[in-house]
Amino acid sequence: MSSSTTHTSTIGAIGAPSRRNTELALLVFAVVIPLFAYMNVGLAISGELPPGMLGYGLGLGLLAGVAHLVVRKFAPYADPLLLPLGTLLNGLGLVVIWRLDQSERLQQLAKASFGAFSPSAPKQLLYSAVGIALFVIVMLFLKDHRVLQRYTYISMVAAIGLLLLPLVPGLGKNIYGAKIWIQVGAFSIQPAEFAKIVIAVFFAGYLMVKRDALALASRRFMGLYLPRGRDLGPILAVWAMSILILVFETDLGTSLLFFGMFVVMLYVATERTSWIVFGLLMSAVGAVTVASFEPHVKVRVDAWLDPFNPDVISATGTDQIAQSLMAFGSGGTLGSGLGQGHSDLIGFAANSDFILATYGEELGLAGVMAILMLYGLIVERGVRTALAARDPFGKLLAVGLSGAFAIQVFVVAGGVMGLIPLTGMTMPFIAYGGSSVIANWALIGVLLRISDTARRPAPSPAPNPDAEMTQVVRP
Amino acid sequence: MNKPLRRIAIFCGLLVLALLVRDNWLQYVQADKLAEHTMNRRVPIERYAQPRGDIIVDGNPITGSKKVDGDDFKYKRTYKNGPMWSPVTGFASQRIGATQIESIEDRILTGNDDRLFFRRSLDMLTGKKKEGGNVVTTLNAAAQKAAYNGLKGRGKGAVAAIDPETGAILALASTPSYDPSRFAGNTNKEAETFQKLDKDRDKPMLNRALRETYPPGSTFKVVTAAAALEHGLYSDIDSKTRSPLPWVMPDTRTELKNEGPIPCKNATLREALRVSCNTVFGKIGSDLGKDKMRETAEEFGFNEEQFVPVRSNASNFPKEMDKPQTALSSIGQFETAATPLQMAMVTSAIANDGTLMEPYMVRELQAPNLDVVEKHSPKEMGNPLSKENAQKLQDMMQTVVNEGTGTKAKIPGVTVGGKTGTAQHGLNNSKNPYAWFISYAKTDSGSPVAVAVVVEDSNAARDDISGGGLAAPIARDVMKAVLDSKK
Repeated sequence: MSSSTTHTSTIGAIGAPSRRNTELALLVFAVVIPLFAYMNVGLAISGELPPGMLGYGLGLGLLAGVAHLVVRKFAPYADPLLLPLGTLLNGLGLVVIWRLDQSERLQQLAKASFGAFSPSAPKQLLYSAVGIALFVIVMLFLKDHRVLQRYTYISMVAAIGLLLLPLVPGLGKNIYGAKIWIQVGAFSIQPAEFAKIVIAVFFAGYLMVKRDALALASRRFMGLYLPRGRDLGPILAVWAMSILILVFETDLGTSLLFFGMFVVMLYVATERTSWIVFGLLMSAVGAVTVASFEPHVKVRVDAWLDPFNPDVISATGTDQIAQSLMAFGSGGTLGSGLGQGHSDLIGFAANSDFILATYGEELGLAGVMAILMLYGLIVERGVRTALAARDPFGKLLAVGLSGAFAIQVFVVAGGVMGLIPLTGMTMPFIAYGGSSVIANWALIGVLLRISDTARRPAPSPAPNPDAEMTQVVRP
Repeated sequence: MNKPLRRIAIFCGLLVLALLVRDNWLQYVQADKLAEHTMNRRVPIERYAQPRGDIIVDGNPITGSKKVDGDDFKYKRTYKNGPMWSPVTGFASQRIGATQIESIEDRILTGNDDRLFFRRSLDMLTGKKKEGGNVVTTLNAAAQKAAYNGLKGRGKGAVAAIDPETGAILALASTPSYDPSRFAGNTNKEAETFQKLDKDRDKPMLNRALRETYPPGSTFKVVTAAAALEHGLYSDIDSKTRSPLPWVMPDTRTELKNEGPIPCKNATLREALRVSCNTVFGKIGSDLGKDKMRETAEEFGFNEEQFVPVRSNASNFPKEMDKPQTALSSIGQFETAATPLQMAMVTSAIANDGTLMEPYMVRELQAPNLDVVEKHSPKEMGNPLSKENAQKLQDMMQTVVNEGTGTKAKIPGVTVGGKTGTAQHGLNNSKNPYAWFISYAKTDSGSPVAVAVVVEDSNAARDDISGGGLAAPIARDVMKAVLDSKK
């Protein structure tokens, strides 16, 4: 009977705990582990503590601290795992990039091809700082992710614009056969990394509006529900365009990524399995078409099927896949130890596309599995955010971003490990590359914002005017 | 919208799972195959990351390691007196690879041998650097020096010396030779040096003691004599044989000629060997027939490769031949061809009272801390002739040295037996013949050394080339060196 003395409303202001202290504790680990890794590399390579250790440690700690304080203030109910996971991967990435900077072989290679060698790790630290800055900006200015719905069509234009940038004469830069960079001052940027987020916003906004039309207003044809052209048209056009642009820029990984993201979001929006079939069919057609007129692709498939064949190596002009596989094999179960491998034999992309091979050789099977699990955790936290989100736009955006993240990890790691043909993208957070680190911090920022909204307790209900009347009258 | 979301979560999980499975396949199942792939440069980098173990002769290393800067390979191989020892060591080159002992015992020398596993694991725990083990050879430095110096003054040739009682190889020299230090590293200049040596018409990198077969000429007559005694064609070395002079080879009208007017008509075996009668031994071979001849030759090791553990080419005694060809083969001509090692084996079997010991040149393999990992124990290879017959043959060979063609091999106070050979070669004997000498020394305590010498001396005037003149002094010096080191 005493229960009637409380509010009748069951949605209380008690809610989920904010978990900010959990995040802080995890962040300490995420900074300390890379710090120990630095120590390890320094001792292994030169027998003394690396001079930059304190600088990198402080830098990473500072970035993590700022990010944490911003989250604590502006997104108190955000997921507590995403920030530490990103920090740990970013920190380990800095260590391994710094370790590869110490390689005489890579230094000589750089001198031979560019005339000079400049270490990558300091730049990566700078990029990480810019990434955290963007993360902070997202936290400060994006008070509610639903605001992004307003920019659905602007996002579409922006995404296509970003993708077209590298094709602009004078701005675009062709590096090793892929025209996916633009040169701004001393920095080169890969716009596709940012386009990934922008296009997810467009897909989410458009699908949220059109999902009923797509799912229901369709004709049944051979067991498949085919939507009306006017519903599907715009989205198909954007997707096809991005694919085409990317094919001209020979950036296959990103086209695969966009396509995968599109299918995932379409499936979630319409809840129709037939979309998966439809998507797989389209991707098969697309893959065969691209492979038939694009020699770049054929060479990569050959290199995937028989990486050790000398003919294939001379045709591709590089033995990177073979070198990468041998690096993994030489690492074995426990690895050679940080700083003690020879993964620099891979050559020029050792610290970007192929950085996972260094983890494979120096941390072994155990280390790579741990890294993959960290990525898996980020993805699953993202999907969890989508599950918890209360609005369809948030759900779609969260699942789109985390799906894209998962596909990117799969495509890069699978390519480097010889599971699928190499398509050339960067491992999020751990690979050297400004655009990648910056864009992925922004991605984490958006996910945190959605999770904050999702886990935020509902506002306490207005006082019930009837409460007075139902009070038990004491005798 | 939550049902498809859960499925997407599962799909993402599957992607990660696929990567995990692939990673296990790569780094666990395939790891060894990839780690030891021929294209994997880590293997040579690892191999030269620490000093290589040494090859040891008489307790002293004949190899070494030197630190090199600015290369993947931290240490390179050096050789002491390389040209003299290269037929024993082979070479270990960062650019070209390794041969002979350097290649066969590579796992011990690099410290990778499985038998060193326990030690390696201990070192890993205590943080000690990996070290290579040593290969201890049977060679005798003084004998090798005598052999090499004797050959060096005479152009091309080879020497093989064996301890008849154990089969241990005491000397293995070949000229012209090369210094493996000159291309041990990884520079283009060293690669060019190797190319030049490889194309040299004098073939300095050919190990003539093991890998070149020469017509053995008259030295093969001791095998023919052994066959005659073993198959009962003759039993007394001092009774007259039924040997006409001139002797026309069966089924032909061709006379088999002797070198000059020597007393070969019905000569005793001892006398025939002393003056080296072609007619007597040609007829013996022809009378015994190709099968019995081949049987004896093969018991001495012909027609078979030897592994000491470096491979030695098979010496040849032909299988298919008619009677005149059998006669020619029996005096070491026609297709008969032998390596210097083979003729040293023949001599050692006779000196060892008929027992042929398996030749070997690696006495033991040592761990880096000098513990013995493997020790060779002498093995019998066969009994090509009985003790009495062996002693009869020794008697005959001693006559050759005391009062025959081999007097230049005499050593005061020591019993020496030998046989000369001057093998014709080239079309119609157009080229300068090979000078052979095989011999053994005997002391009261047995026979410490048997040696075979071949000199391809293209510079000497043709008439000066004879086994007794050119090769016997080298054999004597080698035997003397062994005897002196035993004292």
